[in-house]
Amino acid sequence: MIDATTAFPPARGSSGERLATAAVWSSALLVVGVSVWMLGGLFWQGAGRINWAFLTTEPANAGRSGGIAPMLASTVLVLGVALAVSVPLGLGAAVLLAEFTDSGSVFGRLVRRSLDVLAGVPSVVFALFGNALFCQYLGLGYSILAGGLTLACMVLPVLIRATEEGFRAVPEDYRRAAAALGMSRTGTLWHVLLPAAAPGLAVGLVLGIGRVLGETAALLFTSGYVDRMPESLLDSGRTLSVHIYDLSMNVTGGDANACATAVVLVVLLLVVNAAAGWIARHWMRGKRISE
Amino acid sequence: MSAGSYFEVSDMSLHYGAKCAFESVVMSVPRGEVTALIGPSGCGKTSFLNCLNRLIDLAPGARVTGSVRAGGLDLYAPTTDLLALRRRIGMLFQKPNPFPLSIRRNLELPLREHGIRDKRRLEETVEHALRDVGLWEEVKDRLDRPALQLSGGQKQRLCLARALVLEPEALLMDEPCSALDPLASAVVEDLIKRLRGRYTLLVVTHHLAQARRLADHVGLFWMLEGRGKLIEWGPAGQIFEAPREALTAEYVRGRQG
Repeated sequence: MIDATTAFPPARGSSGERLATAAVWSSALLVVGVSVWMLGGLFWQGAGRINWAFLTTEPANAGRSGGIAPMLASTVLVLGVALAVSVPLGLGAAVLLAEFTDSGSVFGRLVRRSLDVLAGVPSVVFALFGNALFCQYLGLGYSILAGGLTLACMVLPVLIRATEEGFRAVPEDYRRAAAALGMSRTGTLWHVLLPAAAPGLAVGLVLGIGRVLGETAALLFTSGYVDRMPESLLDSGRTLSVHIYDLSMNVTGGDANACATAVVLVVLLLVVNAAAGWIARHWMRGKRISE
Repeated sequence: MSAGSYFEVSDMSLHYGAKCAFESVVMSVPRGEVTALIGPSGCGKTSFLNCLNRLIDLAPGARVTGSVRAGGLDLYAPTTDLLALRRRIGMLFQKPNPFPLSIRRNLELPLREHGIRDKRRLEETVEHALRDVGLWEEVKDRLDRPALQLSGGQKQRLCLARALVLEPEALLMDEPCSALDPLASAVVEDLIKRLRGRYTLLVVTHHLAQARRLADHVGLFWMLEGRGKLIEWGPAGQIFEAPREALTAEYVRGRQG
C-alpha cells in the first residue's frame, strides 16, 4: 500500500504562499501608508494656519509670518504662460505626428526620439537652458515670462506624447468614414478626431500641470524668487514650490509656513486637475461625444 | 461604352507595392441598377470597390493603373476634385461606423462640410434621410443622443442615411449586412432594393443567396495565380442560369469557393 504522505512531497504551498500573500499585502499597505502619512502630516501641521488672510496677504519676516498672496499669483501666472504656449504647440505637433507622418518614417522617429530624450532631461538642465535663452539672450531677465516659457519647453514632450497617443487611439474606421463622405482633412481633424482624442489631451494636460506646479529648480534660475506681488509678466515672481523650498532650506523657523504653503499647493493641484478634466468632458459634451 | 452605364472600368489593376491585388478588370456598371460583386474572400472585391471612390488613396503603397470613369468623369485624372468625387459616390462599410457624436450631428456634419449651413434645410434633410432608411420613427425623440447607443442594424441604417444626405449618384457597399443579425440584415437588404432606380448600387457580398435576391447584374471575382481577376460579369440571369465560364458555373452551383 502506498503511503499518501510519501507518494508526493509534502505540500510546500502553505507556508510559501502565506509569505507571498503577506509580502504583497504589506507592500500595498506600505504605499497607502506612505501617502497617508505624508498628506496627513502635511495637513496636520499646515492646515491650521490656512485662513483667508494667509491666502490674501504678503509674506512678512522672510515668510515666517504673513501670507502667500504673491506666490499664488505668480504660480497661476507661470502656469498660464506655460499652458498658453505649450498647449497649441503640443496639439500641433501631436497632430503632425499622429495624422500626417507614418509611424515608421524617419522624420516621425526622429521627432519621437527627440521628445523622449527631452522628457528625460533633468529639470536643472532646462533651468540652465531657459536662463541662457530667455533670461539672457532674449533679455527677459528673471521674469514670470521666462519661467513660464522654460516650463513650456519642459512639459511639451509629455503633452505631445500623451496627445499623440490620444489621436492614435481613435479607430481607423472614423477616418475612413470621414474620407468616404468627402470631408476635408481639417474638417475631419476638427470635428471627428479632436473630440475623440480629447481624453489623451486631458491626460497630457494633467501630467503637464503637475510638472509645472511642482517645479522648483527650473524656476529658481528663470523666474527668480522675489516675493513681491508681480505687476507684469516681466516681473520676477516666486511660485509656491519655490516658496516652500526657500522657507524650509533658507529660513530658520519657516517650517510651519512651508507646510501650510504645501497644503495650498496640493489643494491647488487637485483643483486645477479637476478643472482640466471638467473642461475636457464639458467640451466633449459640447461636441456631442458619447461614452 | 453603353449609354446606360455609370462606372466604366477599363483595364484597371491595383498593386500594393510589388503585390498585385487584382489586374486587368474591364467592367461597366449600369446606372440606377444593383450590381453585386461575388467571389471568395481575398480576391480583390473590396479593394476594387475602394478604387471606385479613391478611398484606396489612403492605403500606403497602393498604385492604380488603367482608367475608371464615373458618370463621364475620369476618376484618376490629376484635376479630379477628390472631395467632390466622394460626395457623388457614397460608401457603406462592412462594419457600421457612425461617428462618436449625436445622431443628428452624424448627419449634419457631412452636410456642413459641403457648405450647407441653413438650419431649416439641415433639419429637413436630416429628417428626410432618416425617413428614407426607416429610422425616423425609431430615433426622432432622441436625435441628440449618442449614435453609438443604437443597435447594430440601426447604426448601419444611420450610416446609410449619412451617405444619402449628400445626394450621391452612386453607392458602394462593402458587405453591408455581414456584421448584422439576420433580422437587421433583412431590413438593410430591403432598403437596398428600395434604393434601386434612384442610385447606382454596387454591392460586395459573400452571400450568393443575397446576390440572387438583390442583383440585376453580377460580377464574379476569383484568385488566379495569386492575382484577383474579374472572371465574368453580366446580367444576373446570365450569371446564375447560363454562365459562360466553367468557374462561374461551379461557383454559383456551390461546388467551388
